[in-house]
Amino acid sequence: MAQTHRSVAPLLDIELIELDRAACCGAGVIAEHNSVLDAILKVKADTDGSIGVRCSCQQGICGSCGVRMNGKPGLACNTHLDEAARRGAGTGWNPPDEGQQQETVVTVEPMGNMPVIRDLIVDMDAVHWRKIHRVTPWLINKEPIPEREYIVPHDNMVDVTQTMACIQCGACVSDCLSMEVDPEFIGPAALSKAYRFVGDPRDAEHHERLKDLSEDEHGIYDCTHCFNCIDACPKGVDPMSQIMRLRRVAGSDFDIEDRNNGHRHERAFVKNIRKNGLLHEADLLPDSYGGKLDPHALPELLGSLPTIATALARRKITPKTALLHTHKAPKEVKALFDEVDGRETRNELNLYVTGYEDDPVHPPHTDEPTPLEPPGPTEAKDDRSEQTVGAADREPPAETSAPTVGAEDVPRAGAEDQEPPTSEEQE
Amino acid sequence: MPSHDVLIIGAGLAGQRAALAAAQTGASVGVVSKVHPVRSHSVAAAGGINAALNPEDTWESHAFDTVKGSDFLGDQDAIEIMCREAPEEILWLEHAGVTFHRDDAGHLGTRAFGGASAARTYYVADITGQAILHVLYEQLLKHHEQLDRYEEWFTVDLLQDDDGHCTGAICRNLRDGHLEVFNAKAVILASGGAGQVYQPTTNGLIVTGDGIAQAYRIGARLQDMEMVQYHPTTLAGNGLLITEGARGEGAWLLNAEGERFMERYAPNKLELASRDVVSRAEQTEINEGRGFPDGTVALDITKVPRRRTLEALREIVNIGRDYAGVDITREPIHIRPGNHYIMGGVKTDTHGQTNVPGLYAAGEVACVSVHGANRLGANSLLDTLVFGRRAGEHAALNRARHTTMPLTRPARVEDTERYISSIIRREPGGRRIAAIKEELGEIMNRYVAVFRDAEGLATAHETIRRLKEEAAKAAVDDRGAVFNQDVIAAIELGYMLEVAESTIVAAEARKESRVAQYRLDFPDRNDGEWLKHIDLSRRCSTSS
Repeated sequence: MAQTHRSVAPLLDIELIELDRAACCGAGVIAEHNSVLDAILKVKADTDGSIGVRCSCQQGICGSCGVRMNGKPGLACNTHLDEAARRGAGTGWNPPDEGQQQETVVTVEPMGNMPVIRDLIVDMDAVHWRKIHRVTPWLINKEPIPEREYIVPHDNMVDVTQTMACIQCGACVSDCLSMEVDPEFIGPAALSKAYRFVGDPRDAEHHERLKDLSEDEHGIYDCTHCFNCIDACPKGVDPMSQIMRLRRVAGSDFDIEDRNNGHRHERAFVKNIRKNGLLHEADLLPDSYGGKLDPHALPELLGSLPTIATALARRKITPKTALLHTHKAPKEVKALFDEVDGRETRNELNLYVTGYEDDPVHPPHTDEPTPLEPPGPTEAKDDRSEQTVGAADREPPAETSAPTVGAEDVPRAGAEDQEPPTSEEQE
Repeated sequence: MPSHDVLIIGAGLAGQRAALAAAQTGASVGVVSKVHPVRSHSVAAAGGINAALNPEDTWESHAFDTVKGSDFLGDQDAIEIMCREAPEEILWLEHAGVTFHRDDAGHLGTRAFGGASAARTYYVADITGQAILHVLYEQLLKHHEQLDRYEEWFTVDLLQDDDGHCTGAICRNLRDGHLEVFNAKAVILASGGAGQVYQPTTNGLIVTGDGIAQAYRIGARLQDMEMVQYHPTTLAGNGLLITEGARGEGAWLLNAEGERFMERYAPNKLELASRDVVSRAEQTEINEGRGFPDGTVALDITKVPRRRTLEALREIVNIGRDYAGVDITREPIHIRPGNHYIMGGVKTDTHGQTNVPGLYAAGEVACVSVHGANRLGANSLLDTLVFGRRAGEHAALNRARHTTMPLTRPARVEDTERYISSIIRREPGGRRIAAIKEELGEIMNRYVAVFRDAEGLATAHETIRRLKEEAAKAAVDDRGAVFNQDVIAAIELGYMLEVAESTIVAAEARKESRVAQYRLDFPDRNDGEWLKHIDLSRRCSTSS
């Protein structure tokens, strides 16, 4: 199976010689599904017990074994050796081009953006957990607390279950580019945690939380949409999507105009594209401050002069393109805007809620196909808003045709079977 | 020297629940855990948590199922408490923020589970344990002023005064290796089970029986140690858990001939018969040649509508994909019975008190006993929470308020320091720790598993005695102070061997078959002689 040798600490080079089926089966692992952690533990067991690595469950749920493998962060326990090798050393974010030779070395390193304590063990308290603490990571109950459970729409609970599925492994923090530039950036994991409360209808302080995270210059508008966290997350939490949803809720539902100008900047983008079809940079900046004629814009623009000067110097804009932008949005762009604007509720595409795009309309292999009709949109909505805590504040994600197979529909073999104690089943 | 009214060792569900309950009373609380609390193995509990919360359901029905599931070995007073207090516990969790599944009307929704006469399992997709554990940790952070957390501190010794009272613990800070005495008026062990004694197991690498062995060594009684649960659906190869929720949602079990064999073993409950019934049925199919060549049978989750699987069994979809290369929504997956849970543990009363004054236990480390000879699915989370809370409250209100803070002489640390340096100074040349652990796991899985007999148990016992000698000489590679996981592994190995031996001794003593304990040489249940627990304590082993 895999052989490894230890190079300069804290790096651990695992040289993938070949996956020998017999040897792997003997070691109790299936060859094709040998994980990077299997290999590390094998070396630890046979050769060097001093290799430091946090691990426990070996099934991708405890979140202990976040590391970088060939440059890309993830869980050592659910990354296959051959998969890690395919990434190629140092270019882990991109699969090798076709025909390019597969790397045979898997280099395992500690995660980034956090201080290393030893070998593969990083100081998560100093960064990750400190940031989690920053977002008031507990439910602030909506009063009055009901005698029984809060009544909450099914879809809202599935929606926040996506962020609840975060295992706090730190993979997203490891390669957050914004955090590299601004170590104080609250970051993908903690902001996902924040959405877990903002999206939870039982929480009383959505506005306060969003105001806080918008106004903080290291908050939600500090993310640069690099997608690294989405790529890194082993659990499908999509941290960046959660940050974007925080922005949409803050800006559109709560009309929070932050002092970082984040929300106005986003609106300026939309306006710019609607008008021009292509980005007209010279309008973008003034529009972000309320438009060229807005009295507030002048001091802001003066403050931005160094940026403008740099852009001019690098010919990103020229005086000509700055003043004249002849491109006008074509009809198709206008049609798209009209369609989106025409919707009654905001379309929150969330594949975690709706399932995968390639889902068949009818499930295969079932003896009793369950009707997959989504609840009638208006009917279901009315039904809910009468009884629910959260629906009045915010609509549940619109595109939710999630199946509504309750436990009622599940065959319950035990339900009608209440036999006296010594049944044949106890033998 | 930190001092707390209540010191809790272990920060899974039982430990965190105990900590919150104790802090609620105003007591000063310390929580020590060898891993960060959210890494605790409660995180892997998938399926759900039982409670008769639905108005049509009754706690009596829940209790009846539990007693029956335990094959009448469970203590009915304790089971009554657990089932009566279950609904309140679910609501407490819901109010704390657990994102429980809702039905269409927005109320808490349930799923069916094995051995239950009503669908009373509340759940969060198939990450129920994770969701509850993380929400409890949120609450721990919320109450950070009343609760001191010691994360990544390994407990080496429990402390005892001259009268035999438990007075705290000595723990090692993994980050720098220094030892610290923790004084406490009451100590609650909540350090989980001992799955790593077996290989393969569904349990994580940290589940090494620490608390059971530590308590045993200072004179606490162990109970029901022979009762080890094999879960019916674990992945071939590495033993990962496929939640019972899969069968709760409607998945079938098939042998290699494509036959739904549970029709022969449990015609009424089929796949949702209690775990021991299903595990034995599978093992019988495999032993009689109707399994697949890799020693498995198949779990067919394609019976569950695909979208439902993707919503409610997402983790299993991932496990199938990552560890077996199978899309469970399209094809069956090979499974077999595998080690999952120990019903036995440190004997406690219904307040979590052990026979050692000042020492409490709750969760899988403890044996109240609510699970008897077989635990029902989704009762373990309930056990951790109800008895974690009860232990936390009792330790704070009844013990800590009437006890003065003990003071351990500082020299006591030196004993532990000597012990650790004796491990570090061992001469190389003996067997490697990992090799001993592997042999232990294989032996237990071969002789102390679903089927047992006197000869196999004797072989296992003999092997354990040899492994104990080898373990005492096994050298470590790491001589450093920072995150010396090697030394911890050596200490844990000692704990595991202690637990293994107690399991074997109890299994040898019980000369009958009662669910988890199935003796080929005593195949019948013998209520006349054996409707009773087996208690073990350090000096002698007797039945009571």
